[in-house]
Amino acid sequence: MSNQLVQYICGIADNSLILGQRLGELCGHGPSLETDIALTNISLDLFGQVRSYFQYAAELAGENTSEDTLAFLRKEQEYKNVLLVEQPNTDFAFVIARQFLFDVYHQLFLEKLQTSTDQTLSAIAKKSLKEVTYHVRFTSDWVIRLGDGTEESHSRMSTAIEDLWIFTEELFLSTELEKEMSNSSVGVDVSLLRDVYFNRVHSVLNEATISIPDVKYFQKGGKLGNHSEHMGYLLAEMQYMQRTFPNMSW
Amino acid sequence: MNVAFPTIDTELYDILNAVSDPEIPVLSIVQMGVVRAARIGENGVEVTITPTYSGCPAMDVIGDDVRKALKDAGYESKVKLVLSPAWTTDWITADGREALEKYGIAAPLSPEADKEALLGNKRIVKCPQCKSTNTKLVSQFGSTACKALFQCEDCLEPFDYFKCLK
Repeated sequence: MSNQLVQYICGIADNSLILGQRLGELCGHGPSLETDIALTNISLDLFGQVRSYFQYAAELAGENTSEDTLAFLRKEQEYKNVLLVEQPNTDFAFVIARQFLFDVYHQLFLEKLQTSTDQTLSAIAKKSLKEVTYHVRFTSDWVIRLGDGTEESHSRMSTAIEDLWIFTEELFLSTELEKEMSNSSVGVDVSLLRDVYFNRVHSVLNEATISIPDVKYFQKGGKLGNHSEHMGYLLAEMQYMQRTFPNMSW
Repeated sequence: MNVAFPTIDTELYDILNAVSDPEIPVLSIVQMGVVRAARIGENGVEVTITPTYSGCPAMDVIGDDVRKALKDAGYESKVKLVLSPAWTTDWITADGREALEKYGIAAPLSPEADKEALLGNKRIVKCPQCKSTNTKLVSQFGSTACKALFQCEDCLEPFDYFKCLK
């Protein structure tokens, strides 16, 4: 049970870790000072949440596990984040669309995780939810601003939503582990979040004058450790210091 | 028990109230509502603190500062970090809000007003310099995780607004 719980916690944290890393890449490269600061602030919130999850997982795992070994020293297939969050940064519309599609899910997920019978998970969820509520507000606002903006911004936001849509369904596919954890009331049944999710996403997209993509085939695999070709490069950069100078500390 | 009020032993209150928030130096960690409990026990002092935001980089420094301040006053101490109940801007004390305003940071509004202000729907955030409400939102995220950036349209001064967290 304990090992399963560790795996489950890491899976939750990995989404925020990898997305936080993607946003961190934009530090100093945002399209304007304000958006640069906003994106890295969101990244900081995500990393803060990740630390809480990993510290708890490390405590359960014992032995030589620490928040740093979990973040930096696992192999690619051991990360269980969804494919959506590892997609590389292209333009600002894409970064916002990726963040928006995750934020809406993240908020719904945390709302449910608050009621977990595991008190630590419930506390982390309650804390994180307050922060994520701001993220959703920020990205929804930008999706609308770009979608309902100029011809150029509209076309970029449409393309971004279209490109990323194939990664949405994976959010709601429960793995065996997720099923077991939700059966024991520790975890969240993500399949139940699906309808509300698309409802909320559609309503923002409608306001943004972006049409809902007509997609029949969806990508999945990240939750089982089968990642897209972008993941290895991301990890190479993220893990560089720990791999090059083992046991380094600041 | 009302969680809004921390339980701090009287002997420790002044010591902890002298430890300032590293990112908002005019505010003490007690005024900020970060100290949730401080008790003198058999094995020294145990202090419980809670972060404002999960990723708040000031927490480690606050822990060190608390231990140092207590040591200087002759107490050995342990600092414990808790997440629950989660911090809210309601825990900033009345004199803390005043200190914020004096320092040039607009204090948090109520949750509904905060939402209107941050969506740019209503001009209700008051400029801490000239008190005008003719202010505009520049960015929902400011110099630290807990603040948004505004600008006063009358005195043209940019200023931070401490976001409501509830």
